[in-house]
Amino acid sequence: MTQIAPPTAPPTREAAAPLVRPARRRSGGVRAWATGDGPHILVFLIPLFVAFGVFSWWPIGRAVVMAFQRTNLVTAPTWVGWQNFENVLRDPLLGVAVGNTLTFAVLALLIGYPIPLVVAVLMSEVRRLRGLFSALAYLPVVIPPVVAALLWKFFYDASPTGVFNTLLGMLGIPKQPWLQDQLTAMPSLVLFATWSAAGGTVIIYLAALISVPPELYDAAEVDGAGIWRKVWHVTLPQLRGVLLVTFILQIIGTAQVFLEPFLFTGGGPANSTTTILLLIYKYAFQNSLGGDYGAATALSLMLAVVLALFSLLYFRLTRGWSTS
Amino acid sequence: MKSHFTRRGVGAIALVSAGVLLAGCTTGGEPAGDVTITVAIDAGLEQEARDNFDARVDLFEDANPGIKVEAQEYTWTATTFTADLAGGTLPHVFTIPFTDGRGLIAGGQIADISAEVAALPYADQFNPNVAQAGQAADGGQWAVPIAAYGQGLHYNRALFEAAGLDPDSPPTTWAQVREYADKIAEATGEAGYATMTAGNTGGWILTTLVDAFGGRTENADASAPTIDSPAVKEVLEFLKALRWEDDSMGSNFLYEWGTINQDFASGRIGMYVSGGGNYGNLVTQNALDPDDYGLAALPLQGSDPGLLGGGTLAAVSPNASDAEKAAAVKWIDFYYLAKLTDEATATQTAELAASLDQPVGAPELPIFNQEQFDSYRSWIEPSVNVPVDQMAPYTEAIFDQPLIPEPRVATQDVYALLDTVVQAVLTDQNADIAKLLADAQAQAQALYDRAGQ
Repeated sequence: MTQIAPPTAPPTREAAAPLVRPARRRSGGVRAWATGDGPHILVFLIPLFVAFGVFSWWPIGRAVVMAFQRTNLVTAPTWVGWQNFENVLRDPLLGVAVGNTLTFAVLALLIGYPIPLVVAVLMSEVRRLRGLFSALAYLPVVIPPVVAALLWKFFYDASPTGVFNTLLGMLGIPKQPWLQDQLTAMPSLVLFATWSAAGGTVIIYLAALISVPPELYDAAEVDGAGIWRKVWHVTLPQLRGVLLVTFILQIIGTAQVFLEPFLFTGGGPANSTTTILLLIYKYAFQNSLGGDYGAATALSLMLAVVLALFSLLYFRLTRGWSTS
Repeated sequence: MKSHFTRRGVGAIALVSAGVLLAGCTTGGEPAGDVTITVAIDAGLEQEARDNFDARVDLFEDANPGIKVEAQEYTWTATTFTADLAGGTLPHVFTIPFTDGRGLIAGGQIADISAEVAALPYADQFNPNVAQAGQAADGGQWAVPIAAYGQGLHYNRALFEAAGLDPDSPPTTWAQVREYADKIAEATGEAGYATMTAGNTGGWILTTLVDAFGGRTENADASAPTIDSPAVKEVLEFLKALRWEDDSMGSNFLYEWGTINQDFASGRIGMYVSGGGNYGNLVTQNALDPDDYGLAALPLQGSDPGLLGGGTLAAVSPNASDAEKAAAVKWIDFYYLAKLTDEATATQTAELAASLDQPVGAPELPIFNQEQFDSYRSWIEPSVNVPVDQMAPYTEAIFDQPLIPEPRVATQDVYALLDTVVQAVLTDQNADIAKLLADAQAQAQALYDRAGQ
């Protein structure tokens, strides 16, 4: 299939000419752009620029500026240099928040990463009612997150008459404190997060599984592979591109966990569920005299930089592993 | 040609879309002439309460033809208030706790309405201890006190009876509070005593108890916190005993003001400490059965105990124009103060509220002098419909208890620190109280140092 290049003559001045006329080409390009479709494209893009500019780029730019200011957003701000960053790095709660976020991330990876994969593999093996199972798996995703959290908060009632404790009682298991204990609060949040997000990941895995060529399974079967060897040697390698993306999304998502601790515990008990994003929120809004918006934006920037570096590093390290 | 025309057409649509997006980002203009102000109204009111409010708006607009009033739902919480303040989305007239008055004034975050307030006929008659919460350093009244309260011990009479306790004889010592809580929990399975711990309210209630136990969380000249002190330790030991020795505090240790009111109103809590004027919220927003309600004065013990006081200030948005500020102060005068200072308005307001089945006569403290307060109570007496007898243990003792203002420096931030301390004691049986207090003291000292810079 490899094409053999035709023998080439030494470059003449004429042949080389296009290479030394980029300016004229650009000039012609601009003219062509201006007299062609360019203005129309630009006009079409204006709503996009306005929407992103107003709701995304402008706030990001303002946040960067604010990280170097002390402001209550009512009176004039003052420049404070790197002081907000220093204050954040000296805050004893930062270490607690980072530790809690890592705990959430690890627990979410241990619980939330393999479960959707297993469910997707099992569902892909099902011949009948796959649509029904897909709908059931996806159902939690379509429930508004706040509604789901309030429902689960009710389920997590730590009294003996709480929903989950009643169910445990039927099985002879003693009541659990769920959100009301420093040890069990974070796993309880992870349990909810897994339930609420797994459906979306299952659908992604299912779509990827369907695209795996069936001949590979047939070949493996001819070689005597059982179901687990087929999963290990065919399914997982074929899914590695998707697995890579979902892994990085999971890491970024868990590093930015906010909804669960905000709605369930407010970061308690005793800061045991205070995550980095919740700490940012507390910097900004805990004090009703006007929050420390400088510290909040400084920590936001630090988190963004760390996540960007992590993503870069991860993609570099796994470049050879990716199928794309 | 046709294709070109279509492109132009779509381009025009895109331009219009951009224009619409941009237009959405501009603020609407106010027509010259009449002034429209937005004023705060409690969120989630029953229809009767809303009807009551609307009727008063009509009266105000009739009396002030140039002013139009629009209601905006608003309930003060630290986090939502901060967001509204920063985002400029507060109504023109809103309420804030005494705690925040001076800080917001110093930060220029509320409007200076001192000139308009000074023109009110009763401007010089405010109780000085109350008025200072809304005064700037030069004495100007930037925020107007509209209500004052002392903390109280709210209790559920039905749970008292279920536990074999006399609901007309609430506890008068903290030892009795513990004993009664234990009995209620034992007999009913509900929390005998519960406390707020989240959203800065844990620190607020801990400070209340520390004052009642004879201690303070701030020194006399407000130059340093006194969190690492015997009285604070004694209160935490008290809570620890209820939680871990008696198991009489139920199973929720993440209560804040709204959620503890909900659970109390639904009969899941025997006793809790909160502002003495909570009855209105419990009935109108949480459907409390009035027959179940009881209110007692906080037991005081120790060498220098006191009752933590607090209250509410009416303030005006810093974005208000001069005309809006003038209209806003007229509304504050009409809606919040005339019902206290003018007999006809007081009587009319109370009758209207009572006719709509809204609570009239819930306990409060005077924001003017005692004589004026007594007059006001006599004006509204025919309309009083709250269970006064069930509140007698509070109202008969409250005026004899020395009132203590809230700590003055970094109050909300210190309350937030103390939230963590209370939560730690209630959720960790082996919590090291001495270490928790030492850590909180160091962090609070840093806040005081920063505030002093």
